[in-house]
Amino acid sequence: MSPSAPTNLAIDVRGLVKRFDDKVAVDGVDIQLPQGQVWGFLGPNGSGKTTTIRMICGLLRPSAGEGRCLGFDILKDSARIKRATGYMTQKFSFWGDLTIRENLDFVARLYQMPNRRRSVDETLDTLGLTHRQHQVAGALSGGWKQRLALAAVTMHQPRLLLLDEPTAGVDPQARRDFWDEIHRLSTAGLTVLVSTHYMDEAERCDRIVYLANGKLITQGQVADIIAESGLITFRAKGPGVRELAEVLRHQPGVDHAAYFGAALHISGPERRALQRAVAGADGENVTWEEVEPSLEDAFIALMARAGSDKRDHG
Amino acid sequence: MDEYLGMNTPGIKALTGSLSRITAVFVKELIQMRRDRMTFAMMLAIPVLQLVLFGYAINNDPKHLPTAVHVEERTPIVRSLLTALETSEYYDLVFETADPRESARLLARGDVSFVVSIPVGFTERLVRGERPQLLIEADASDPAASSNAVARAEEIVNRALRHDLKGALDHLAPVAGPVEVIIHSRYNPEAITQYNIVPGLLGVILTMTLVMITAIAMTREAERGTMENLLAMPARPHEVMIGKIAPYIGVGGVQTVIILIAARFLFDVPFTGALWLLLAGVVLFLIANLALGFTFSTIAKSQMQAMQLTFFFFLPSILLSGFMFPYRGMPAWAQVVGEALPLTHFLRIVRGVMLKGAGYADVQNAFLAIAIFTVVVGIIAMTRYKRTLD
Repeated sequence: MSPSAPTNLAIDVRGLVKRFDDKVAVDGVDIQLPQGQVWGFLGPNGSGKTTTIRMICGLLRPSAGEGRCLGFDILKDSARIKRATGYMTQKFSFWGDLTIRENLDFVARLYQMPNRRRSVDETLDTLGLTHRQHQVAGALSGGWKQRLALAAVTMHQPRLLLLDEPTAGVDPQARRDFWDEIHRLSTAGLTVLVSTHYMDEAERCDRIVYLANGKLITQGQVADIIAESGLITFRAKGPGVRELAEVLRHQPGVDHAAYFGAALHISGPERRALQRAVAGADGENVTWEEVEPSLEDAFIALMARAGSDKRDHG
Repeated sequence: MDEYLGMNTPGIKALTGSLSRITAVFVKELIQMRRDRMTFAMMLAIPVLQLVLFGYAINNDPKHLPTAVHVEERTPIVRSLLTALETSEYYDLVFETADPRESARLLARGDVSFVVSIPVGFTERLVRGERPQLLIEADASDPAASSNAVARAEEIVNRALRHDLKGALDHLAPVAGPVEVIIHSRYNPEAITQYNIVPGLLGVILTMTLVMITAIAMTREAERGTMENLLAMPARPHEVMIGKIAPYIGVGGVQTVIILIAARFLFDVPFTGALWLLLAGVVLFLIANLALGFTFSTIAKSQMQAMQLTFFFFLPSILLSGFMFPYRGMPAWAQVVGEALPLTHFLRIVRGVMLKGAGYADVQNAFLAIAIFTVVVGIIAMTRYKRTLD
């Protein structure tokens, strides 16, 4: 089972480009996602994540590039890709004026599922929504809507799941439940590509693909990406450290200063420059120590290196 | 003076503050209006359309109505009679028939509005001063279309003869007219407007509600974001289209039943033809309108735009189809536009079947026209319906 063997790749796309009129949304993206893994798709807003996912599942025609999804050509075989893929849109896109059961029933009919009634019953049971099955879907809370959508897109037992920011605007408990479900599906053999903004979610993935300005910046495991960034991070704790951020941000050698987790983090490529900056900002009761850089720091460093948005918006 | 202004400073401040907020909203509205190109275009196009239609296309005094003549003798007097009819501009003598059954068929099919019959011995009886009868059968299923021509008939005929009856025949110059013009109003002898309007309303109501409802049903998916989901699932365009419009065939069926019952029991509109033929026409017409609504939904980007497109189509439909104003009274270009509208043909079917007892052969051209419209519109819808979000 060599991961590079084409038959083992759930997604194998090369040089994907998408232009909308004059604007380039995605600019030459390659993704080789082995079957059975959970990959995180990260990047800032407007970096081209949604567009890439839509091209993979046949909702958008690439302007250039080629590739296969589950062995089917993404340019010619979108009908077959749709049958074997579950795609969960960023915005809840099931029918708010249909009940939970009617939504699932509609999906089951479209995929011509045998034993439709039983499948719907089972799905409702797994979701724990049997007692609410006759409520309209529009009345569900954000977290429940996402769980319903996930159940609906996995009901036809797809081999690949494409989830576009499934946990945006969902509370922490619901997010955790959602991720447990993703891991359960993955263990059952599904391949998952999930886009997200949350760094903690990235760490739940087998591998991360980072997209910025329509280009693939880096990919790999969390630890590798942090190592690749070559960042050094110092953390300060103590009273009043938050005010130090403004000062330190403009010190030479400091790429990034941010206050989170009740501590100030500064990062840069050189330890000595950072130490000099720290030395100048030693206050009373402020303790500095070197820590492991966070994924967020690593991405910001990578972004800065990749340069600003060079896509043509003319 | 200074004091006066000073006292009012807070008032002026409040006023300018209010003015700047009004300006803010005004500027925002202007920008949004300009961005919504479709609405902007409609605001300009609809008045122009109405001006053209009401100003040029509609004519309540239709002339040049097609007429068949059934003449059993040819004499100079008959000839000058026919010439007088023709030069009156109301009657265009387009058919000459030898067989009364042929004339009746032309009238039933709506190919002619009038049949003028002049019997054998007409001239001889005229010369003898016996006031012979000249028969004009009029298609009164649309009373407005034929009324002026009918009203002028006797005057036209007698004035023509006054010209001929000179010299030796001068003594015959009429006090009462030398010819008795008999008018037979066919299909709607009492010229009851409802007989014409109520069957027509069937077509108008179906057009308006069904085009709008399907246009909106589809744009709603796009507006609510559910379209992306629908596209991501394995449903082909024609499957979505058929599935989407099928429920509304039922809605149209219910509307048809209500209108037909009202026509029968509230307005006493006669029903002389075959019910099956009318229903076949209704089904075909329903499909045409639903396909059009679906096509609009592939063009419109919002439910609002779908409404506007529906209105844009509805306006010529109601004005140029012969529903409100006599079709034959319209100039040639407007008739061409009218021919392209399914409502025009449906009105011919529904009025033909209900009022004239028309059979399939009489209305088959109308059926064919609606079928062609449906196919063309369906093809446009299929090519415009996107399988992707591009």
